[in-house]
Amino acid sequence: MKQVKTLVKKTLKKSACKGGCGECQTSCQSACKTSCTVANQKCENEARK
Amino acid sequence: MLHLYSHNGINIVLDVESGSVHVLEPAAYELCKLISDACYGDSAYLKVTPESVFINSACPSVFKDKLISVFKFDSNEIEDAYSELKELFEEEMLFAKRDYAINLPEDYPVKALCLHISHDCNLRCKYCFAEGGDFGHGRKNMPFEVAKKAIDFVIERSGTRHNLEIDFFGGEPLINFDVVKKTVEYARSLEKQHNKNFRFTITTNGILLNDEIADYINREMSNVVLSLDGRKEVNDSVRYDVAGNGSYDRIVPKFKKLVENRKGKDYYVRGTFTTQNLDFASDVEHIRSLGFNQVSVEPVVLDSHDPLAIKEEHLEKIFSEYDLLTEKLADIHKKGDFFNFFHFMIDLEQGPCVIKRVKGCGCGTEYVAITPDGDIFPCHRFVGMDEFKLGNVMDSFDTKKELLDYFKQSTVLNKPVCEDCWAKYYCSGGCAANNYNCHGDILKPHEISCEMERKRIECAIYLKALEAIGDE
Repeated sequence: MKQVKTLVKKTLKKSACKGGCGECQTSCQSACKTSCTVANQKCENEARK
Repeated sequence: MLHLYSHNGINIVLDVESGSVHVLEPAAYELCKLISDACYGDSAYLKVTPESVFINSACPSVFKDKLISVFKFDSNEIEDAYSELKELFEEEMLFAKRDYAINLPEDYPVKALCLHISHDCNLRCKYCFAEGGDFGHGRKNMPFEVAKKAIDFVIERSGTRHNLEIDFFGGEPLINFDVVKKTVEYARSLEKQHNKNFRFTITTNGILLNDEIADYINREMSNVVLSLDGRKEVNDSVRYDVAGNGSYDRIVPKFKKLVENRKGKDYYVRGTFTTQNLDFASDVEHIRSLGFNQVSVEPVVLDSHDPLAIKEEHLEKIFSEYDLLTEKLADIHKKGDFFNFFHFMIDLEQGPCVIKRVKGCGCGTEYVAITPDGDIFPCHRFVGMDEFKLGNVMDSFDTKKELLDYFKQSTVLNKPVCEDCWAKYYCSGGCAANNYNCHGDILKPHEISCEMERKRIECAIYLKALEAIGDE
């Protein structure tokens, strides 16, 4: 493509199928105890990989 | 829904419902903006939908004429842009709609504890949300018997969850370090029998750190959060002991030594910025100059009447600091150096699933706080608010159903204000405690936090875009 560079394709829909295992870290246990930042948590679901 | 923004000449479009991110050349960017405005903008001047726009084999003249007359793009460029955007639309990576169910669990196992191992502190930080460490309920340490029950509680309530998290928090947890060690030993002794993997973390101000404690932390804790606000004058003006002496000189050498011996395990040097250091990019830079490369510096959380509290009028300066920090990080990454700023970390590809993004931190469902007396609260920020007491681990492992149900609702899908926000899958509607403290309702986001979160996400995505472009 000349006009578009895609960094990430659709990810959310796919993640709904195999997601929700709950094995990932709770966001407040990493560094922030005062805001809610979830997009930086590592996924630990082997089935999704 | 799209979010379109330009930063330093890079045009970015985030397709909210699909999670796709694209970098666009100017013609595609302006065309995408025109289509988005026509479909959803305030000035929705055409009654069109993305479907009706992209059904055409060539760019509709209403857009094309404007791109030629106002932006001076040539016809071929516009047609290329149109056909590429059309392809993205057809592949559900632009103007995508959510056509799938997000199935949230009926019941949540508890998998993470914030263990308030001490409600005492040797510092009196000016902005402490724990009111000097005791959360307004008297200075005390957690007896081992309570910690033990807390471990039994999380094992019993965690169902089939394998990874369990215990954060030793306070007050200052090193004041009661013997109980920390006994608790780790006790939890480890139960791992095999119950098929659990405990991950321990600790948050400390560093005053009581010594070689023995540092070695223990480096061995047993998967993450350690070391509190330091940045430049000495900044840190010492807000982080001081009972006698008013700043903590900087006492803690920095200990933090350096601990991190040197950490052998690559996670840590964060974690600071807070207030109205006294709105130039906080300099504090991040200072922490980096000390040799630390995993850093979080976060906005203070205080009642809006406090002189240190972040208010609407500070946002412009804060945004310019985030921009400055973004440029610094871009330079660092360009040189191939590693530096991680917590709030700019984003995993676009293999990050959290949409279920996690919707339900967020798990406050009051998967994550709870336990006080030195064994009281259970939805999270560390609700400790001391008696109306939110869920139970007590010494009495029973039962928790108040009506309160659990209240926190179970706390997903971004139940927050009307978030419905049209492009950042909804990145923050899940904010911190429940901030929301409650500001609006008396966990489902009503704290607007200033939202503004800052959106800015940080823009910076984080921009850094990813820069990385991808640089790779070409």
